[in-house]
Amino acid sequence: MNVTENGAEGAAEAPKLISRPGQAATLIIKGARLLDPRTGLDGAHDLVVRDGEIAEIIEPGGAPAIEGAEVVDGDGLLALPAFVDPHVHFRVPGQEHKEDLETGTRSAAAGGYCAVIAMANTSPPIDSAAVLGSVRDRAVREASIPVGFVANVTRSMGGRELTEMAELAEAGAIAFSDDGLPIANARVLRRALQYQRLAGLVIALHEEDPDLSAGGVMNEGEVSAALGMAGVPAVSESTMIARNCSLALYEGARIHVQHLSARASVEEIARAKEAGVEVTCEASPHHLTLTDEAVRSLDARFKMNPPLRTEDDRQALIDGLRDGTIDCVATDHAPHASEEKEVPFEEAAMGVTGLETAFAALYTDLVLPGIIPLELLVERMTCGGEPFGIEAPRLEAGAVANVALIDPELSWTVGEDGYESRSYNNCFGGRELTGRVLMTVAAGRVAFRQRSFALGVAS
Amino acid sequence: MKHLLGVEGLSREEMDRILERAQSFAEVGRRDIKKVPTLRGRTIVNLFYEASTRTLSSFELAAKRLSADVVSVKSAGSSVDKGESLKDTVATLSAYDPAAIVIRSPHAGAAGLVARWTEASVINAGDGKHEHPTQALLDVFTLHQRLDSLEGTKIWIVGDVLHSRVARSCLLAFRKMGAEVTLCGPPTLIPRGIEALGCEVSYDLDGMGEADVIYALRMQRERMSESFVPSLREYASRYQIDSRRLGPRQLLMHPGPVNRGVELSPEVIDSPQSLITAQVESGLVVRMAILYELLAGSDRARPDRGPAPADTPTIGQPA
Repeated sequence: MNVTENGAEGAAEAPKLISRPGQAATLIIKGARLLDPRTGLDGAHDLVVRDGEIAEIIEPGGAPAIEGAEVVDGDGLLALPAFVDPHVHFRVPGQEHKEDLETGTRSAAAGGYCAVIAMANTSPPIDSAAVLGSVRDRAVREASIPVGFVANVTRSMGGRELTEMAELAEAGAIAFSDDGLPIANARVLRRALQYQRLAGLVIALHEEDPDLSAGGVMNEGEVSAALGMAGVPAVSESTMIARNCSLALYEGARIHVQHLSARASVEEIARAKEAGVEVTCEASPHHLTLTDEAVRSLDARFKMNPPLRTEDDRQALIDGLRDGTIDCVATDHAPHASEEKEVPFEEAAMGVTGLETAFAALYTDLVLPGIIPLELLVERMTCGGEPFGIEAPRLEAGAVANVALIDPELSWTVGEDGYESRSYNNCFGGRELTGRVLMTVAAGRVAFRQRSFALGVAS
Repeated sequence: MKHLLGVEGLSREEMDRILERAQSFAEVGRRDIKKVPTLRGRTIVNLFYEASTRTLSSFELAAKRLSADVVSVKSAGSSVDKGESLKDTVATLSAYDPAAIVIRSPHAGAAGLVARWTEASVINAGDGKHEHPTQALLDVFTLHQRLDSLEGTKIWIVGDVLHSRVARSCLLAFRKMGAEVTLCGPPTLIPRGIEALGCEVSYDLDGMGEADVIYALRMQRERMSESFVPSLREYASRYQIDSRRLGPRQLLMHPGPVNRGVELSPEVIDSPQSLITAQVESGLVVRMAILYELLAGSDRARPDRGPAPADTPTIGQPA
């Protein structure tokens, strides 16, 4: 399945990705550096998009004049396949004061994303075909880029009874997850893994042993000891990963492990992959760039679950991203209202926004210092849909246009001009980052352009 | 010196100045008329989100001895119980134009947040399990009454370190004054990684004979139900400071209130080595000194209600 408009992949089954209708783009990006590690493309080219499809990729200056096409001067810019985020929280239904599908998808588009997968820990949670249908209906009206919706594994996210997984799959769920909460009971998870043979779809897991993490508000370690705050030990994550990988192997099931935070977790995943477990996993920009030292500020913008961990853990995540143990980058974009964050750290809600800063944060902290190559970052930011059956976008003739146009030299201060998201609990707020998304084409349509970014229309 | 948010970030010079000032107030305390006019016309708000006897009463009395007007707001029966946020409560109280807000909160970092939301000086009277800087300062002052210097002094802090803001602030303060600190308690009640603050850790009292000072912490009964220790009986048998374990030249401290027969045996509480009552006396003069240093020094008449200068030095705030 490609990142396309609704239903393009066939009418028999409900489409997995939903967005509102829009006008197919016809535009020419002239002379940008086109980079797609999957097709081996790297160099200055003209990119011609006609009626939402990549029509041609040709040498600079070779693009034909097209009546009515927007012409973009791409000199010095970077054109990438747009990103796919397998983990966002759009808060619909029930918490629209934090985010909704319109603001959430706009935020994603502003970050260079062409598709995202929304979690189901909403209010009420997406645990029935009726709720799933209602959010999909809203996406048809509100989503500016394609959104896939996850449905819960257990009713009311209670961790006891399975949802009607087969019906939810038919109704268009893209995966199953109780993200926000772990499935603590091994028997319940085992049943879900067995039932996957009927319902299909990957099961995405928030890995946390609630007995070990109980009461914790940050990583357990030197910083929590100094601050006197209860810690969440890394083993609360890694022991659950080990347990659940064993269960997946035993049942022959397919799982996706969400938001890895610790070295021990990376090691468990590596062992599981080695042993033949069908497991994929993700890591977030904040876990790849920040550590629990940031929590010394007691600023609630650094509170999330799993928590920021130590430099050693961060290095293990980077190594995992490099060697493929970690399959993809996921923002875990988690908007919260200001009154939930402008409180003492221990009281604050867990979660940070991240769609608008993911590329810039990783480009600034990992690519520019030479820690990982840009090609690797592009691969890991574009393949987030693969565990869910969504192919990574490609820059090649005939493909649906999913393009992120980026100024790799532009430095900007995060939050200075506000956010497209309804919430501003961004952990990079106030920091200067390099690399800014100027324009995003998602599913063949222009989904975002930076306000200050002027475009010319060919006469 | 604008706020006192924690011992972390407090310089040795600032600590010495407070201790000297406290010494001069101790002399005032021996007069018949114990009140000085320093803070006449200034308002001090005590905002207490946790029950407190000695800290609150000592701050109230300290402010009154300095002739300030005092308002104490406790969480029970206030708008705090009606769901008002800390930020809104601080905005409300700041409308009275207080010179200082003294805050105690069950949450780490609360005092730092209040300092961002008000023009008043903010004093941390305990934030969660994080810091309790006025307690640490009064403990250092108390020890200075008995010892010329803390340089090289060996201090053992014994008990439930995990849940103790006193342990954290005292560790930092004793270290700054040159003492060597050992934290001792059951392994379940010593936070992982605490050695990074520059202390030794011991899980038994075997080496405690070396200590010049033994600082016992309060052992709360609810810790039993959370499986931190199997029973008060076993805890007392391993960690209680009693007359067998307390040497004749060792000083004994405790932040109060004491669980008699748990962390301390009754006879050591009343022994000549015990500084527990002296600590309470010190609390009053040290808090007077802190109010004086933060408020009298600044001497802001503030008729224009203008904001404090941005470069006002802050104590206890990590740079």
